[in-house]
Amino acid sequence: MKNTIAERILDFLKHFPPFDTLSAEELFAISKEVVVLHFEKEQYIFQQGNTLNDCFYVVKDGAIGIYNDKTLVDQCDEGDVFGLRALIRKDNYLLNAKAIEESIVYAISSKLLEKIIINNTEASQFLIASFATNTRNPYSEEDKGTLFAYETFTHKNNSDFTEIQSASFSKNPITCKSHTKIKDAALVMSQNKVGSIVITNNKQPVGIITDKDLRYKIATGLYNIIDEVESIMSTPVITFPPNITVAEAQIAMLKHEISHLCITKDGTVNSELIGILSEHDIIVIHGNNPSVLIKEIKHATTAIRLHEIREKAHHLLSNYISQHIPISFVTNIISAINEAITKRIIHLSIAEMSETQPTTFAWLALGSQGRKEQLLLTDQDNALVYEDAEHNAEVKAYFLKLAKAINDKLNTVGFEFCPAEMMGSNPKWCLSVSEWKKQFQDWIIHPDEDKIMLCNIFFDFDNVYGNHQLVDDMSESIFDAIDHYEIFLNFMAQNALKNPPPLSFFRNFLVEDSGEHKNQFDIKARAIMPLVDAARVLILSKNIKNITNTIDRYQKLANLEPQNKHLYETCINAFKILLHSRTQQGLKNNDSGRFIDLNHLSKADRLKLKSCFKPIKNIQELLLVRFNLSQFM
Amino acid sequence: MNWFNRNSKYPVFYRTYLNSFKHKKKDLETVRFVAFDTETTGLNINEDKILSIGTVGIINFKIHISDTFECYLIQDTFNTETVKIHGLLKTGHITKVEETKAIEDFLNYIGNAILVAHHAAFDIAMINAALKRMNLPKLKNKAIDTGHLYKKITNPKDNKHYSLDELSKIFNITMHDRHTASGDAYITALLFVKIVAKLKEKENLSLNDLFANKRIGLL
Repeated sequence: MKNTIAERILDFLKHFPPFDTLSAEELFAISKEVVVLHFEKEQYIFQQGNTLNDCFYVVKDGAIGIYNDKTLVDQCDEGDVFGLRALIRKDNYLLNAKAIEESIVYAISSKLLEKIIINNTEASQFLIASFATNTRNPYSEEDKGTLFAYETFTHKNNSDFTEIQSASFSKNPITCKSHTKIKDAALVMSQNKVGSIVITNNKQPVGIITDKDLRYKIATGLYNIIDEVESIMSTPVITFPPNITVAEAQIAMLKHEISHLCITKDGTVNSELIGILSEHDIIVIHGNNPSVLIKEIKHATTAIRLHEIREKAHHLLSNYISQHIPISFVTNIISAINEAITKRIIHLSIAEMSETQPTTFAWLALGSQGRKEQLLLTDQDNALVYEDAEHNAEVKAYFLKLAKAINDKLNTVGFEFCPAEMMGSNPKWCLSVSEWKKQFQDWIIHPDEDKIMLCNIFFDFDNVYGNHQLVDDMSESIFDAIDHYEIFLNFMAQNALKNPPPLSFFRNFLVEDSGEHKNQFDIKARAIMPLVDAARVLILSKNIKNITNTIDRYQKLANLEPQNKHLYETCINAFKILLHSRTQQGLKNNDSGRFIDLNHLSKADRLKLKSCFKPIKNIQELLLVRFNLSQFM
Repeated sequence: MNWFNRNSKYPVFYRTYLNSFKHKKKDLETVRFVAFDTETTGLNINEDKILSIGTVGIINFKIHISDTFECYLIQDTFNTETVKIHGLLKTGHITKVEETKAIEDFLNYIGNAILVAHHAAFDIAMINAALKRMNLPKLKNKAIDTGHLYKKITNPKDNKHYSLDELSKIFNITMHDRHTASGDAYITALLFVKIVAKLKEKENLSLNDLFANKRIGLL
């Protein structure tokens, strides 16, 4: 018999998890049995201590608030499921559910629930996860396991992905003592056909010799083969615990520019050596990988070639995102690739210069690249600093020319020119150390909105290339200036509050109301930047230098302020989710991912986004109190 | 005994229907309401015929989707004009039954429920006309007209004729399957539940207050 009403209920439910995972027959069986409930505003669906209604609920129209006593803990709107906890626990209700506005709610009997759980793994995984996170902030530290339970449930295949597999390392490392003669060590290596030997003391690794050392230090005649290995070994060694993942190993090798990692019992140099992991071991695990790309970058001789490699990196990124590789791994790898490309470009550009370099300089990546949070190709933001010299005009002319060459090549690779010209080739951003110091002082002493914006971009610099001392001097001067004009931080904090989270828009995200991106949600301005800005001002107020990455900043803050650990950790999780969402969007639409069309988001993704707004609100409240901003407003 | 004899001329299903009225429930929370709607070949009670009937049950102001009835009738009468509204063709893919069978099933289904319809008088007259063709008496069920009911919360003296579309808009009801019997029955059910919720806000509501000429709105 035809059942038009049930078909209509099915048409609604099929858009929302967990129903979207059910077959049409299963869903029709449920739809046929739905009980439709109507609630006036302020009316309770259930109250704390009530005995169990034999059903769970799905919001059809309107909005239901879940309250712990009087405190709102969750807001459910169209398609949201609630009332599961009690049903699964077979317990009384621990929370109140009250209509925030007039609502229509579908009730689905527990009998059908059991049928879903038994018959459909995916649906049950969603229900279990949402049951586990129902009443808590799913992104807080203590609930971490439960939130990512959902991730692992629905993406359980990701353990097949090599990046997060434990790397398999050679379990019987070849070792020798520090007083062994180089020749004897080389003989042992040859006999065992290995490219490295670890020098141990009391089974603990103290140094390492690789084929490369023999090539550079022995064959060149720098050392004699009867010298002791101690004289040529690299020390200390980089150590990791045995559960190191492939991705971690790759990152470590890229970071330290080494090809071998020592695996010790507890991951420190002070424990027993149990294995050695070489770059070769990793290449064997999978062919197309970041370390291969880095190698290709190092051998590239044209910007066009680097562009091709960056395309490959983009492909890699898209694989990582679709495989749900943790976002912090992904950012590390992509940042390392971007950095390598920039370095290579600088090398190529210097080689092209006809003049000799007048003095030392450093190249700074600014903004998201400086924070190592750049996943998609965006505009370039960079600057150049050079050592103070006598003939400033000539020196400046040289570095402007160099910067121009670098900017052009970056553009060829795919990092488009910055429309605001925040680039090293702009005479304003190609300055000597003392000019930069003066510049920073001016910004800090006379802050206006534009200068604060510049600070936001410049204070996240990363020294990609060149003389570190210059960059340290610059950092130093920033903190000096801030020390003298502490009010600057208040201005900066106030600026960080200019975009409040769209928290009140729990049903409709705050979207842009005019212009090209009308009705789209600006995830960068409204969600990512507030977290980035808050982290920056907080870390500056703590006098912490050289941490520019937002996650690292919050991590550091969590260590410094145990009383706010929870808040900072929720910010980290929210930031990861936002970055992931933005990257996903950008890959999908082949753009910067900044503007999200909410109609094209799945319900689950919308819920995830929504839950990121709470930490933003909390961190902004912290700024408000800490920097006395209520008097400022 | 006398009563029983009097009814013995009727077919079994109709006797069962009549019997269901012996035990009535009178309280608002336990009584069964059935929201229903008919699609017809036109608006003439004497000449036009029922093409489909759709219903949904309501107990304690909860709409039970498991308690629905939907049927399509075989009719010789055909009106090209109304096809535009309800979209029911004379021959189509939907399984259809004879009118006598449809009415028998419908009575079996409703039993002693209180019927709820928008402009109930028309739908009830259409069913009664079909019953008459079967030589059976009129429906015994009490009926509530959502059009009238609405006026209880606004102005009882309001003579305006509110269409289902207008009220759906006022009560913020998404209209699906408008002009299908089931679709309209479901909209009517939602409308009924929403109007009653408004009435309940005003005072203690009893079942009798829902029927026509009671002016609870202004008491």
